Amino acid sequence: MKRAFPILAILTAALLSYGLYQALVVAPTEKTMGDVQRIFYYHVPSAWTGGVLFFVNFVASIAYLVRRNTKADALALASAEVGVLFCTIVLVTGPIWARPVWGIWWTWDLRLTLTLVLWLIYVSYLLLRRFSTSGQTPVIAAVLAILGTLDIPLVYFSIWFFRTQHPQPVIGGGGSIDPRMLHAFFVNLIAFTCFGALVCWSRYRLEILRREVEETQALESLLEVRSSR
Amino acid sequence: MTNANPTGVTRATLAKDLRLEWRSKDAINSMLFFALLVVVIFSFSFDPTAEESRRIAGGLVWVAFLFAAVVALNQTWARELRNQVLDAYRVSPAPANSLFLAKALGNFIFVAVLEALMTPLFIVFYNLRAVGPPYQLLIVAILGTWALVVNGTFFAAISLRTRSREIMLPLLLFPISIPALLAMVEATSSILTGEFSAKFWIVLLVAYDVVFTMASLFLFELILHAE
Repeated sequence: MKRAFPILAILTAALLSYGLYQALVVAPTEKTMGDVQRIFYYHVPSAWTGGVLFFVNFVASIAYLVRRNTKADALALASAEVGVLFCTIVLVTGPIWARPVWGIWWTWDLRLTLTLVLWLIYVSYLLLRRFSTSGQTPVIAAVLAILGTLDIPLVYFSIWFFRTQHPQPVIGGGGSIDPRMLHAFFVNLIAFTCFGALVCWSRYRLEILRREVEETQALESLLEVRSSR
Repeated sequence: MTNANPTGVTRATLAKDLRLEWRSKDAINSMLFFALLVVVIFSFSFDPTAEESRRIAGGLVWVAFLFAAVVALNQTWARELRNQVLDAYRVSPAPANSLFLAKALGNFIFVAVLEALMTPLFIVFYNLRAVGPPYQLLIVAILGTWALVVNGTFFAAISLRTRSREIMLPLLLFPISIPALLAMVEATSSILTGEFSAKFWIVLLVAYDVVFTMASLFLFELILHAE
């Protein structure tokens, strides 16, 4: 497994640079929106990666509650943190695109509001982990993650009924899209998925190491107390 | 182990909480005064008697109730920390979810009393009058209050395990409650203005209540035993 990490790192670097070239040079400029449309090659893949990471968080939380495996908890923490990061990228790149195209920075429509609420839920999850004084932080965090996931369909339906004016997905619309645009998009989609996996993996390894260090230090201080007696 | 009668546990705990509240009136007094302050402070930011205020009245009413409810919810479990009552619950064979149900029902009664006392004040201060069917307001109030209280009771138990727990409760409660809050506010506004039907929002509130009541009853044991 440890050998897979540098391989994934090299693959991600190659895909990201190829994706950058495809998005900025090869893909043609969109007719009505102009160059600002190119932000989509990063905006949508970030949203996808964030969504995948939140799903990983949900699965890892359930795995922790069932098996009480600390590695599952470390994965839950890592995926939530990195997921919030990608979600933040989505929330920042969206308004940058919306300002010249829609004429407004922000609108309270379905996908924007859903992303914002998701971001809020997972930030509260991270805050809880940060502020917890419990010896069983993983348990209460996992419970909150499950409640948060249960909430997502309800959030979706409530905002869907509230309003919607987001541009409908343009992928799969047929012959209207230049194949070079689609190519750039999918390359970036794969590159960002790898990138998300890579960052999440390093965060996970860091968390495991941090816990090991903590345990060793606790053990050492315990031994010191004994030998000094 | 679990030969304790679940409804008996619920009833005994609920009766105890109601008696405590009846004698001290801590929660209801602080909630009432807090809600009153919110009503007065809101009225400075717009003209409350204007006709267009009717559209935002639903939001104001629920924001006031939400903030006030947090005051009571924070006391739910903190009260049990004194004299190690919570530890006694933990070692007792009483099922955790009947304890949770008692606490949620108790909070429901407190917040319902608050709403019953505050609603006339809102009507007087904000010149409210329902254009749509008023019986629906009662349905929305019951479902909405339960939605707030069932999550609030659960998250109050979680925030007991954190530093600065009084701050933690709203930080956990508000993001998850967004769909319920949206449904309450929109349903109330559409009934007050009579412009739209509130049916969809009532259905959504029912779904929210069912999902989170089941989840809380199912998961509460984990929270109670997480020290």
